[in-house]
Amino acid sequence: MAEGILVIGEQQQGRLNRLSWEALAAAQQFGERLGQAVVAALVGKAIAAAAEELAGKKVAAVWCVEHDLLARYTLDSYTRALQQLISQLQPRFVFMPHTYQVRDFAPKLAAALRRGLVSDCIGYRLVGDQPIFVRMMFQGKINADVTFTGEAPHFVTFQAGAFRADAVVAADKPAPIQKAEVTLSAELIRTQPEEAFREAKQAVDLSQAEIIVAVGRGIKAQENVTLAGKLADLLGAQLAASRPVCDEGWLPMERQVGSSGQTVAPKLYFALGISGAIQHVVGMKGSRTIVAVNKDANAPIFEVADYGIVGDLFEVVPVLIEELEKAAAD
Amino acid sequence: MNIVVLLKQVPAKDASLRIPEAGIWVREADITYEVNEPDIYALEEALRLREKFGGEVVVVSLGPERVRQAIKEALAKGADRAIHVHDGEFYTLDPLQTAATLASALREEKFDLVLTGLQSDDHGFAQTGVILAELLNLPHATIIMEIQVADGRVRVKRELEGGWFQWVEMALPAVLTIQSGINKPRYASLKGIMAAKKKEIRGLERQALLAADVAQTQRTLRIYLPEKTKKTEFLTGTPREVAAKLVEKLKHEARVL
Repeated sequence: MAEGILVIGEQQQGRLNRLSWEALAAAQQFGERLGQAVVAALVGKAIAAAAEELAGKKVAAVWCVEHDLLARYTLDSYTRALQQLISQLQPRFVFMPHTYQVRDFAPKLAAALRRGLVSDCIGYRLVGDQPIFVRMMFQGKINADVTFTGEAPHFVTFQAGAFRADAVVAADKPAPIQKAEVTLSAELIRTQPEEAFREAKQAVDLSQAEIIVAVGRGIKAQENVTLAGKLADLLGAQLAASRPVCDEGWLPMERQVGSSGQTVAPKLYFALGISGAIQHVVGMKGSRTIVAVNKDANAPIFEVADYGIVGDLFEVVPVLIEELEKAAAD
Repeated sequence: MNIVVLLKQVPAKDASLRIPEAGIWVREADITYEVNEPDIYALEEALRLREKFGGEVVVVSLGPERVRQAIKEALAKGADRAIHVHDGEFYTLDPLQTAATLASALREEKFDLVLTGLQSDDHGFAQTGVILAELLNLPHATIIMEIQVADGRVRVKRELEGGWFQWVEMALPAVLTIQSGINKPRYASLKGIMAAKKKEIRGLERQALLAADVAQTQRTLRIYLPEKTKKTEFLTGTPREVAAKLVEKLKHEARVL
């Protein structure tokens, strides 16, 4: 009988990424509502430190799936290792964050078991004890309620920002860390990965930023980006942009937030001169507090903003900078 | 090089979508359709590879009669032939069933590469290409920004989070899911449009291709407009007043400063 929720975290260089914590928060809340235990798993090599960090959270156990052939992600080694873990643990649900890496193997893992994967979920509901998962369609214009039919395990991936990493519940005492036994052989690995790299000289990981100042077409020209840059510097924030700004070359592609760029969920997001087209909004709607400045009162960005300012950003932002400098001086 | 390109026709990005009562799909009448954006890039990539290495580009699309238009556009751009899997209720299939149908449709095809967009603009599952690779027992790579082919192997650049990339290499045949922006897609020429009229579009039926034992794994109960959960507070006054109010709210109300 399939029982419990298995959360598979993702670690890079021994540290769990933020989206993994979000998936754990989702699992803990879901497990609480359903009365099901949560176990966490990590895959890789030399993951002891990350496992200990996980064990400090309220989970029934942490499973380490370690093997030389898991040192670097490949679709075959990860899929086969996790198939073995799942067959040993027999969970009812398998939760993962909807990261680039998970998108590469999760559908394969579910299909290898002929099970369903409800991907890129933004939440769930319980109707009696039947879980219903909510996901977006049409780039965020419409939501869908989806339920699993057929047998467990049921796979779910969660969109960045759907749950908050800081909602993870800590444990009173550390959970046991178990070693999973998996068998892997080199002949089964069909892909040869090379070292990951960044193209730009300046490293930008917007998903780690606490505050983001983003500009859209309303910034009008490249030289005006410095105004947003001043605001960002003052706040210790990262600069970001909607796709049209990057296409124009006013900011590099790696600063793009949206469906074809990065998904972010900082505690504070400024949307300056951004209309709020869904392709952008899906990348930032999980932000805790959103401030939007736009000349157009009907701009869709105001659908997701906490604070809305209908006005000219070239009038508002310079004064905002002054007010912030004043407040910092106090 | 023989390349299969999976194309999906989706409601246009600016289409006004209406949901029928108790519906699980949008009202199809009166909306315009377009080819799923990343699939356009996948087709362009296939055409470029054929220009370089020779061979054939076959376009495959699943859907109702209207999908023929998307297929014709692809043939006009230069694809050699097409397979249209007829299905008036494609939206009831889950990703596993869609991939199983397509795998079945490709059973008699000989190909080196299958290219598809990383996900569709309508369902956005981001699964079909990867599941297809599993069902065909082929290696795959996703969210690809560059493709290099040599000696029966392919080396591809995967896009990762936060501006990171990774090259990964594998033998052909393989399945790749393509990211928008990998290339600059061409327009169909008048010559291409004329030539398309003579190109083969083989018709197949989804019902005949999807084996009964590929049971549905997930079901959409209903679709609906998202509720606006946010209450937007509009700040008014002169720019100075608005700025001062905002700083105060961010410090004391939202407590993010």
